[in-house]
Amino acid sequence: MAPMLEQPMTAGPALDPMLPRPYRILRVHHETHDTFTFELAPAARGEGFSFAPGQFNMLYVFGMGEVPVSISGDPVGSPSLHHTTRAVGTVTRAMQALKRGDTVGVRGPFGSSWPVEEAAGRDVIIVAGGIGLAPLRPALYHLLAQRKKYLRISLLYGARTPQDILYRHELEQWRGKFDLDVHVTVDRGPSEWIGNVGVVTKLIRRAPFDPAGAMALICGPEVMMRFTVMELQKLGLPLDRTYLSLERNMKCAVGFCGHCQYGPLFICREGPVFRSDRVAGLLGRAEI
Amino acid sequence: MIQTLEKIIAEHPFFHDLPPHHLQLIAGCAKNIRFEASQVVFHEGDEADQFYFIREGLVAVELMIPQRGFTTVQTIGEGEMLGWSWLLPPYRWHFGARALQPVRALVFDGKCLRTKCEEDHDLGYEILKRFTHIISERLDATRLQLLDLYGAHA
Repeated sequence: MAPMLEQPMTAGPALDPMLPRPYRILRVHHETHDTFTFELAPAARGEGFSFAPGQFNMLYVFGMGEVPVSISGDPVGSPSLHHTTRAVGTVTRAMQALKRGDTVGVRGPFGSSWPVEEAAGRDVIIVAGGIGLAPLRPALYHLLAQRKKYLRISLLYGARTPQDILYRHELEQWRGKFDLDVHVTVDRGPSEWIGNVGVVTKLIRRAPFDPAGAMALICGPEVMMRFTVMELQKLGLPLDRTYLSLERNMKCAVGFCGHCQYGPLFICREGPVFRSDRVAGLLGRAEI
Repeated sequence: MIQTLEKIIAEHPFFHDLPPHHLQLIAGCAKNIRFEASQVVFHEGDEADQFYFIREGLVAVELMIPQRGFTTVQTIGEGEMLGWSWLLPPYRWHFGARALQPVRALVFDGKCLRTKCEEDHDLGYEILKRFTHIISERLDATRLQLLDLYGAHA
């Protein structure tokens, strides 16, 4: 087993990090009523894009503005760049109106990544809430592509309602795999829903893992992540083997502007993925 | 391999570290039970004289809402306990429960266990402590559920 990294490895952008490069929208997947995935390809021929699971890009809607969006596709197996986001603000609503063939600006990849190499030889528990599944999907692709390197893998996913479940088709495929344990729950289910109802933390006890060596990757609303970390700790998983992805108001994405400062940390540069013990004292503090 | 009720009970985290004579008393109030998918486990308002340890399957805890029908407020799955209304007067179910899948469970006679708890306060204290822990966890979970954390403006 590899030693635990206090801070996950970071792979920076290859070109000028402040210069958006034009990318064409190949396809738009409408995941839910307000969440969509862009499949992008560089407008310039021959330009490639590599990233590590957990990293993000800045997506620029020309004339509207720029937002940070997690990369949600396969880090090795996909020729296109995938981004999943929810239409909640001016820029993301404008983004939702874009169609196949339109162009967006892309800067990145930025930030730290999930420690998928360090997880080799261990049980891995992935806990996602809401759109938090998007930045974890590349990690899961990686784990499944290198399945023999890992012990038991569990995916625990919580959504608001069955209609808000992301990547539904893929979740069904993953659920059918014998070497992946998948549990999904919703906060509110209609009468025809016959799956789990309740918070995602309740699923943790169903995941088979050995706390002596397991590693957890967590992404979702901060409150959900705090309670997930507490539940994992109760079951014996220490903070130095749980990693979470934080989100703040990233603007420059390279640690210049300070918009995403979180206590002593810049989320864009030192995060978004942190080992839990590094941020445990910060989570839930109102003054930060 | 057929396991005895006492062994199944002793291996469940809820009963961990209980002395053998207490486990024996508890096992004396327990039996195996099965439910088919869609079968009602108990009705809201009925006398609450049991609780269940779910060994396999999924149970919906639900409430009848006029014009909306039965609404699931939470589900209870493998390894979890279902029901604590048997502990508190007036011993009536506040919610209903229905199997969502075929369910295999242990059912405990609440009346029998209440009597044993009255007779042996050490047992009563242990049972209450353990149920309080479950109630506290479910309260935390319900609070998180109420926050609507995955809503657009959460």
